[in-house]
Amino acid sequence: MKELMKGNEAIAEAAVRGGCRAFFGYPITPQNEIPEYMSWRLFEVGGTYVQAESEVAAINMVYGAAGAGARAMTSSSSPGISLKQEGISYICCSRLPCVIVNMVRGGPGLGGIQPAQSDYFQATKGGGHGDYHMLVYGPASVQECVNIMYDAFDKADKYRVPVMILGDGMLGQIMEPVELPEFKDLSKLPRKNWATYGDGTGEKRNIINSLLIEPDELEAHNKLLADTYAEMARNETMCEEYLCDDAEIVLTAYGTVARIAKSAVNILREQGKKVGLLRPITLYPFPNDAFRKVAEQDCVKEFVCTELSMGQMIEDVKLATGMLKPVHFYGRCGGNVMTPEDLVEFVLKEGK
Amino acid sequence: MAVVYKKSKMLTDTPFHYCPGCTHGIAHKLVAEVLEEMGAEGNVVGVAPVGCAVFAYKYFNCDMQEAAHGRAPAVATGIKRVLPDKFVFAYQGDGDLASIGMAEIVHAATRGEKITVIFINNAIYGMTGGQMAPTTLEGQKATTCIYGRNPEVNGHPIKMCELLATLTGPSYIARGALTDPANVRKAKKMIKTAFEHQAQKKGFSFVELLSSCPTNWGMTTEQALEYVKTDMQKLYPLGVFKEV
Ligand SMILES: Cc1ncc(C[n+]2csc(CCOP(=O)(O)OP(=O)(O)O)c2C)c(N)n1
Ligand code: SF4
Repeated sequence: MKELMKGNEAIAEAAVRGGCRAFFGYPITPQNEIPEYMSWRLFEVGGTYVQAESEVAAINMVYGAAGAGARAMTSSSSPGISLKQEGISYICCSRLPCVIVNMVRGGPGLGGIQPAQSDYFQATKGGGHGDYHMLVYGPASVQECVNIMYDAFDKADKYRVPVMILGDGMLGQIMEPVELPEFKDLSKLPRKNWATYGDGTGEKRNIINSLLIEPDELEAHNKLLADTYAEMARNETMCEEYLCDDAEIVLTAYGTVARIAKSAVNILREQGKKVGLLRPITLYPFPNDAFRKVAEQDCVKEFVCTELSMGQMIEDVKLATGMLKPVHFYGRCGGNVMTPEDLVEFVLKEGK
Repeated sequence: MAVVYKKSKMLTDTPFHYCPGCTHGIAHKLVAEVLEEMGAEGNVVGVAPVGCAVFAYKYFNCDMQEAAHGRAPAVATGIKRVLPDKFVFAYQGDGDLASIGMAEIVHAATRGEKITVIFINNAIYGMTGGQMAPTTLEGQKATTCIYGRNPEVNGHPIKMCELLATLTGPSYIARGALTDPANVRKAKKMIKTAFEHQAQKKGFSFVELLSSCPTNWGMTTEQALEYVKTDMQKLYPLGVFKEV
């Protein structure tokens, strides 16, 4: 049965059903419904919740709990995610599975509280110091948030990486009908042979650590991480192709913007224009192959990348398409959101 | 032949990397002995700091996590919340705990997290080469206050036990000194009481240990211990500041 749920609450419930038993948060708009929901819900399922003193503390609590083998997560919005970067870097080096939700708002600085996509670079290129990546998803609907969140801990466990769900204020606040999945049976999960459950001594003790003082040791670790990301790219890359087979103009967008772009595609198709949409669902790993394939289609003349930023994902679009075709950009920011008509107008003007 | 002394089972065989005369080693030994005496073997997660004790994860014979600079109380909170029946302790220096990690220690304390924090106050940043610490004494020389700490410029030293004892969350707050056998014995008793509070889930427990850093103080071991006994103890009196 479908229920009408707000994006943030649906993510929270999906996290609980997907096995989250520890949440560490700090209030910031527009994601407050997630910690608010978790603050009572987790205790109903034998989990734990802490309102931390800061985002810095929250991400380090995630470090501790994830290191101790629990399915732990945090959520925040842009300024708070900036504060978490130190912890994320340590988590990546220590290879701790966890989930981080970023309901992005406009920046830089304190910015605004309206939807934005201006944290794309931070989410996909590193964000903190050192050579690392997360598995980053950009869901476009509440149901997709639920589906991705529900499996996020499995993915995190599989690769021992943090999973980031990159949403925006719209996605967090919008109410949509969702189908909630059944609870995962946590008793079926294997023991994590690297985690500090507290029972380790001697040879059997485990150490969660990101200090690798010997250059060779650190380099080997960097290579191990890189191999993990390569494997993640082979197995986890997700992309939606919409009406690209005969398209002359291909719109590219992720998250809620992709829904606006899809509406624009439908309007343009009604007018007889051959327009399609390519929507990355994983932002890291970026769906390079899908983009390259579409770029190689003879019918495709150009791309239009549209984002709620001054142009961030467009860099990956250009790299992925090898610049075989021109890539135009249409962006809004500051919390302003384009309408499908804005995109239709832009495409008609740019499209030859 | 009767065995009159042996290394605690809660320490590994890895040799300490600490400088000669450094009291970090004594603090490790005390924590390990207390845990062993309490039968905690196989029931402990420790959290190492950033500072000279960064390699503590090599020395304690239990599961360990290495925290970012100052974040050990938050990391320990995360561990304890998901493993409420294990002993969880954090081991931190003064730069780690009283400067960059001030928010984390105060809030772990005020939440009454059932963890034990061992605080090594040597009034200096040891690992980075002798810079001023939040606990550096007025007039004490450091590489970032070469004429001695001047409160006009450098502010005043922080007294952590006194500060934390004002909070409701802690159940045990004490300060000892690692200067001589009598004080070391007292310090061990404090550490034991702290872990007992944790075992009984009474509240947050905290033991500050006045320590020496002969290397960065530019002193011999004897001079350094004398400095702890005289100058440091004057500013940081020993005793139990809170016990409920
Ligand atoms: C974020 C960050 N800032 C600075 C450092 C550098 N750093 C390493 S140890 C240390 C100070 C340690 O001093 P203290 O906590 O007093 O411990 P001690 O070495 O004296 O035992 C600093 C500043 C760091 N590792 N991380
Ligand atoms: S520098 Fe100071 S605190 Fe660090 S090991 Fe040497 S004596 Fe100990």
